[in-house]
This record gives sequence, C-alpha cells and structure tokens, in this order.
Amino acid sequence: MLSKRNKEALFNPLSKDNPVLVQILGICSTLAVTAKLEPAIVMGISVIAVLAISNVVISLLRNTIPTSIRIIVQLVVVAALVIIVQQVLRAYAYDVSLQLSVFIGLIITNCILMGRLEAFALSNKPWPAFLDGIGNGLGYMIILVIVAFFRELLGSGTLLGFQVIPQWCYDHGYMNNGLMILPPMALITVGCIIWVHRSRNKELQEK
Amino acid sequence: MKFLRQFMDKIKPHFHEGGKLSKLESVYDGMETFLFTPNTTSRSGVHIHDSNDMKRTMITVVVALVPCLLMAMYNIGFQHFRAIGVADASFWQMFLFGLLALLPVIVVSYVVGLGIEFIGAQIHHKEIQEGFLVTGILIPLIVPINTPLWMTAVATAFAVIFAKEIFGGTGMNIFNVALITRAFLFFAYPSKMSGDSAFVKIDSAFGYGGGNVADGFTGATPLGEVATNFENFSTSAMDAFIGLIPGSPGETSMIAILIGAAILLITGIASWRVMLSVFAGGLAMGALAHAFACDTYPASMLDPITQVCLGGFAFAAVFMATDPVTGARTKIGQYIYGFLIGVFAILIRVYNGGYPEGAMLAVLLMNAFAPLIDYCVVQVNINRRAKRAKVQ
Repeated sequence: MLSKRNKEALFNPLSKDNPVLVQILGICSTLAVTAKLEPAIVMGISVIAVLAISNVVISLLRNTIPTSIRIIVQLVVVAALVIIVQQVLRAYAYDVSLQLSVFIGLIITNCILMGRLEAFALSNKPWPAFLDGIGNGLGYMIILVIVAFFRELLGSGTLLGFQVIPQWCYDHGYMNNGLMILPPMALITVGCIIWVHRSRNKELQEK
Repeated sequence: MKFLRQFMDKIKPHFHEGGKLSKLESVYDGMETFLFTPNTTSRSGVHIHDSNDMKRTMITVVVALVPCLLMAMYNIGFQHFRAIGVADASFWQMFLFGLLALLPVIVVSYVVGLGIEFIGAQIHHKEIQEGFLVTGILIPLIVPINTPLWMTAVATAFAVIFAKEIFGGTGMNIFNVALITRAFLFFAYPSKMSGDSAFVKIDSAFGYGGGNVADGFTGATPLGEVATNFENFSTSAMDAFIGLIPGSPGETSMIAILIGAAILLITGIASWRVMLSVFAGGLAMGALAHAFACDTYPASMLDPITQVCLGGFAFAAVFMATDPVTGARTKIGQYIYGFLIGVFAILIRVYNGGYPEGAMLAVLLMNAFAPLIDYCVVQVNINRRAKRAKVQ
C-alpha cells in the first residue's frame, strides 16, 4: 500500500516538491483567497478533493483516452467535480462560498490540477494517483494556510474571525496593516516563505 | 587624530580572521574607512581614482538636504503654534519645537535602517555600504510629522529589506527606498497618512509646547483643501514658495528645495536633465489640465505655476527623480524619464480623486520603467548606426 514510491508521491509535494514553493504553480488563487484564514482553508480542502478524485478518474481512464483529445477529457472531468464542490459549498457553507466567489470555479484553470493530471495520473495506477493528488493538494493548502495566517493576523487582527490581538494594543496606538489585505502583500508573503524554504533546503536554490 | 589612529590600530587584530571579534570585521572596516581614508592601493593594471567616492557623493546630498531640514523644523514649530493659537511664539521657540518633533523620526529612521544594513553586512561578510545615509534623512522629510514612530520603524525596515537588500544592497535597488517607505505607510495606514490631522503636530514634543486646537483651525494641506473645499482655498504660489504651509516636513518650502537643487547641480551630483524635464512635464500637464478645467476635478483650476509649487512635486523632482540608481541613465532617456514623472504626478493629482498628491506614485511608476526607457534609447541608437553601416 505505501511502498517507497507511493510515500514519495504523498510526501514529496509537502516540501521538497511543493507545487507552490518549488514549481510556482497556482499562484493566482494563492494571492486571491488568502486575505482571511477561513476561505483559504475551504479553498485548500476543495482543491484536495477535486485533485484527488480527478487524479483517480483520469488514472482509471488512462488507457482509453485518445492522446489527441486528452486535455478535453481532463477538463470535462475536472469541471464536473468543480461544479459538484461548488454546489456542496453553496448548500453547506454559503457565506464562505460567497467570499470565494469565482475562485472555486477557477479551480478548473489551476495549473496544479492540469499539471498533476498530465504528469502523473496519465501514467500511473489509481492508488498512487490518489496519493499524489492528496499530497499535492495538501502541499498547496499548507502554503495557503500559512499565507492566510499572517495576512489575517496582521491585516485584520483576527484569526478565523476571532479577535486575537487584544484591545489593549489598539488603545496604545497599534493599528492593523491595511497593506496586508491587498494582493501585493500576499505576493511578498509567498516570497518570504520561498526565501525561508530555499535557505533551509539548499539543494533547491537556483544558480 | 593621532590618538584615534593608534586606537584603531590597537584594536585591529581582534577583528581579523581568528581574532575574538572577527565576526564584526565589517563593522570595524566601516568605522575605519569612515574615520580615515583607506591606505590600500590597487595592485594590478592602471587605475584612475577619483576622491569623489560614494561617501562624498552621499554626504553632498545630505548637505543639499540641510536647508530643507532646517526649514522643516521651523515650519513644524510655526504650524504647531498657529494651530494652538499662540500668536507671540518667537523664532527660536518654533525652531526648538520643530527640532524636538523631528529629531525622534530622524533617529528612528537611521537606527532601523543602518541597523538592518549592519546586520546584513555581518551575515554576508561584506563591507558596510553607506547607501542609507541619504535615505535615512529623506524618510523623516517625506513622512507626515504625526506618523507614530513605530510605523516609521516598520516601514523603514520593510523598505530596506524588500526594496534594497533583496535586490543586492546599495546601488542595486529598482525603486527609491525612501519612497517605498512612504508608499508602505500610505497603503498600510492610510488614516495616519492623509487627511487634516496628519500634517500638523498638535500635542507636545518631549513635554515642550502642546495645547488645544484653536477655533476654526484645520490642518489640511493646500492640496487636500483643493480636493475637498476649493471655495475656501487661499494659498497662493508665494505661500508655497516660502513654505509656511502644512505638509510633509521637507516638501513645503520651495526656497529650501531650490537651494538644495543648486548645491546638487553645482557639484554635478544630480542630473539637470532629469530635474528640468520633471518641471517641464509638470508645467505642461498643469497647463493642459488648466486649459480643460472643470468642477469635477477641482485641482485642474490651479494654474500650472501654483500646481508645481504645491505639495511634494518640487521635492520629488529635485531629490527623488534625480536618484542615479533608480532613474534612467542615457541622456535622452533622462529627458523622457523626467518628463513622464512630471506628467504623471500632475495627472494623478488632478484626475484621481483618491490621491490628492501624485508625486510619490509618479516617481515609483517611472522607476519601474527607467530600465525599459534606457533599453529603447540604446536600441534605437544601435539600429540607426547599423542602418548607416549597411548603406556603404
């Protein structure tokens, strides 16, 4: 079940082969949905679900898909799953789905998905493909949560909507940093995470 | 002097490799070259050394900023006593208040900025570079006087790390570091950076001065007044020329800025092409806006001369646009670069209701385009000469 190769498929994307930090994929949604922690977590879970299931489906179909139309087939599978996720969110987490607005729909165009389907699911069996989907989704979600943690804490003084920075600080002149709410600061936060990550993993540093 | 030299020689061995304090070698090196001219000479090839090195260049800019600094201190005091309704404050009282109000900002800016540069130099085992000398004095002059010190500290740290050290330190930055500090503050803490309460210090500085706001006083800058309350706008170009109006500390007085500009131009440190073309761009855009003046954009009612005298336009033209690191380097490029800064500054000021002043954003925007302008100028020249070569 968890051979060496499967373990790599599951755990490598968490750090060494992280889709956001190392492959620099999925940056658009990382910048867009991380102003608050809650939507970031929901977005992460959605991507994990879509990625894992679509990986399995494509992996099952991999021998029957004609090469010339494989992108269309992949898009159809992903689009179907994304619509299901969107409807589930509308039904059970309406407020969050409003905050995420188009970005759930845009999971279809998330480069991580197409990348994993092309690079892994098309040439592997369902079980490793499932693990790969979970791993990459988690790797994406971790970064989303870290970025959203700092942005919500410094930008709004809250975490998951609860006031974290005490009133005492505001009384003594502390102010929330409005720039953290704006997308440029998300990019800089991602840059800082990449900076820390590269300095801890020297073999990943570009020449 | 001799005593100092002996002392430096005595402690030198500690800082060399293997010494007790070898980790602080760059600090020692920085102090030594600050006190004495280095006596090392180049060993290979032929070199021509100019004694006008980076330290001297930086110090000249700081000297050019001194008139602005003194005028800023006087004006801070002047505005303060006007705001609390004290009519008989003497020149020295005003100056002392301004000094006490501005000094903490200068100290914070230098301690934070130089501190980060020192730490960066220790980590990379490089020489400490003196690039922050000018930035450190620019920051207090462009940040509104009522900005809390911790905000200035955070913004300075952000700017030095993300606008300078990341790109490789002094001389490698794409954007003007002092303006990044201000831009950070402007977008992160907008309520502290604009409006009527940002530019005139009401409360006391170290227990000196302070009082209640006099009746009918507003601390709005002339440009803020233009944007929100044009009927009562009464500042003339002459007021702005002398500089006893509310505003960021360094930007109010045209006279002080012109003295600084003269120093920079006579010593040949700043490019007259940039300076001239910024004003040309500002006047051209100002005239254009004035020709199509309408009520929707109250700032378009100002005549071009008043337009360039008000706000941070002149300060940005003289001290920000002429930064040789972030500006264009080719001669034709400098004309284009400066002209567009002038145009954009007035364009943003007049037609964007959200920002009463556009000089900061205009310079930052053109900083991003400076390399492209240079590239195009060089490429045009190469193409022109290549064509000439083919004809023969």
